[in-house]
Amino acid sequence: MLELKKVSRLFGGLQALHQVDMHVLEGRIVGLIGPNGAGKTTLINNISGLDHPTSGTIHFEGREIHNLPPHRITGLGIARTYQNIRLFGEMTVLENLLISQHGRGQATVFDSLVFTPRFRAEERRLKDAALQLLERFQLAGMAHLLAGNLPYGDQRRLEMARALATGPKLLLLDEPTAGMNPIETEQLGEQILRLRDEQLTVLVIEHDMSLIHQVCDEIYVLNFGQIIAHGTPDVIKHNPQVIEAYLGREEDAELAGG
Amino acid sequence: MDLLRSIGITEIVFQLMLVNAILGLSIYLTLYTGMFSLANAGFMAIGAYVGVVLTQNYDLPLWAALIGGMLAAGVVAVPIGLPVLRLRDIYLAIATIGFGEVVRILILNFDTLASSISGESVQLTRGALGITGIPKITETWQLLLFLVVTVYILVRLHRSRFGRAMAAVRQDEQAAATMGINVVYVKNAVFIFSAILAASAGVLKAHLTRTISPGDYGFDQVVNILAFAVLGGTSTWLGPIVGGFVLTALPEILREFKQYRGIVNGVILLMVIVYLPGGLVNINGWKRLWRRIRGQPSVTGKIQDAETG
Repeated sequence: MLELKKVSRLFGGLQALHQVDMHVLEGRIVGLIGPNGAGKTTLINNISGLDHPTSGTIHFEGREIHNLPPHRITGLGIARTYQNIRLFGEMTVLENLLISQHGRGQATVFDSLVFTPRFRAEERRLKDAALQLLERFQLAGMAHLLAGNLPYGDQRRLEMARALATGPKLLLLDEPTAGMNPIETEQLGEQILRLRDEQLTVLVIEHDMSLIHQVCDEIYVLNFGQIIAHGTPDVIKHNPQVIEAYLGREEDAELAGG
Repeated sequence: MDLLRSIGITEIVFQLMLVNAILGLSIYLTLYTGMFSLANAGFMAIGAYVGVVLTQNYDLPLWAALIGGMLAAGVVAVPIGLPVLRLRDIYLAIATIGFGEVVRILILNFDTLASSISGESVQLTRGALGITGIPKITETWQLLLFLVVTVYILVRLHRSRFGRAMAAVRQDEQAAATMGINVVYVKNAVFIFSAILAASAGVLKAHLTRTISPGDYGFDQVVNILAFAVLGGTSTWLGPIVGGFVLTALPEILREFKQYRGIVNGVILLMVIVYLPGGLVNINGWKRLWRRIRGQPSVTGKIQDAETG
């Protein structure tokens, strides 16, 4: 479904990604782990079109996407969340979900001016879809609150609901449990597993190993911009290279206050 | 009406208030979409000159001049917007001020330029002196109608998919893009709409004030237009209208202060900026001011953030 071939990204002299090969199969939940600064977010940015590879190719369902602008990639069916929540904080929860359905509507400003049946039907449809998502993510009573005023955990869930509202086939989750407690993390894991039941493919960046083991079918390990291991969670857990590079680094990072 | 006249708001003042409300709305559109563009005076000049040439040299009626001026500005806005809207914040402001200056200087030297190219004597924009003796054919009801139609379009725009996209682009461009919004398209479309609105004000005003010259559309004019939006507030479309009204009417109302008029005017504006930072049309700003006046302690930071949002 998603195929990266020799993807490299240079920022000046810094090699953020180096010859990354990755293959995400349809219907799978794939984990991407690695120490801080390994290039995980850069990789997600390159897939979602916010950034473009210096060299290499990215294909989604057989189509070359590495030079497309982000809204086109979203239109093809790739949605993402952000590590540092980026909701439209000045808008209501409901409006956030209406905006993310932008590409699913056709009504023009003219339709709005003269209240065409198409406009009214579409607004109702988008609103219904949004309310369903709110229900599903336990945000039902909050439709008219400002997104920026929600408690942290709710913002995290809204961030995910908003990505789903774009109608994706592939969902990229950038550290969805950052700042969550163990119970919230487990609940989120269950939400992610439900996505697979709906034929969604998921690529999830995560630091929380319990979540990775809970949901992932396979894992890629990124270190200094390179894939150093790939396999099932059990294989990765016992890979000496991963233990040395990933877990060792993690401790360093924690000691340094990262 | 007599009451209004007694405080200095004559018909022409009222007409200029309406024109300035339209100008305020033109910059409101770009600000609402997160673009700090100051090209409005330039587009206003294009509208004014094209419109006046159409009514004076081609004997067309006002509505035709209006359409002509708006079209001209819209067409110019396309090649300007595409490269310039890649810039942001103060850089966009500087680039668009530059555009305004180019327009002003082109109009200033248009006759000389056209004469040397065509080899005949061209007298169209009449250089620094400008065009005088334009008939006063803009009427109050026309301005009112135009403003009402514009407001209706704005209200429906805000309620549409495109309008939501505008707000999303302002708040977080990248997030908007990954939600499927074509940010480049939204920005350029709004820029063109804003240019067309500024041009319409240019046409209408030229046929009120009866003279136009390049100096009318310089940096001063941009600052005035920006002030309409800032003083009124940009959280709703009503803000720039109130801003345009107040800034136009205030100097007239303060005529009694004679030579101190400028000072009183300035002090009032400063007080609004200091005590109502969200502009005149911002309920939360008034509430906060009221609490301050009554000496109640300020509420927590979080609620304040939400209110200024």
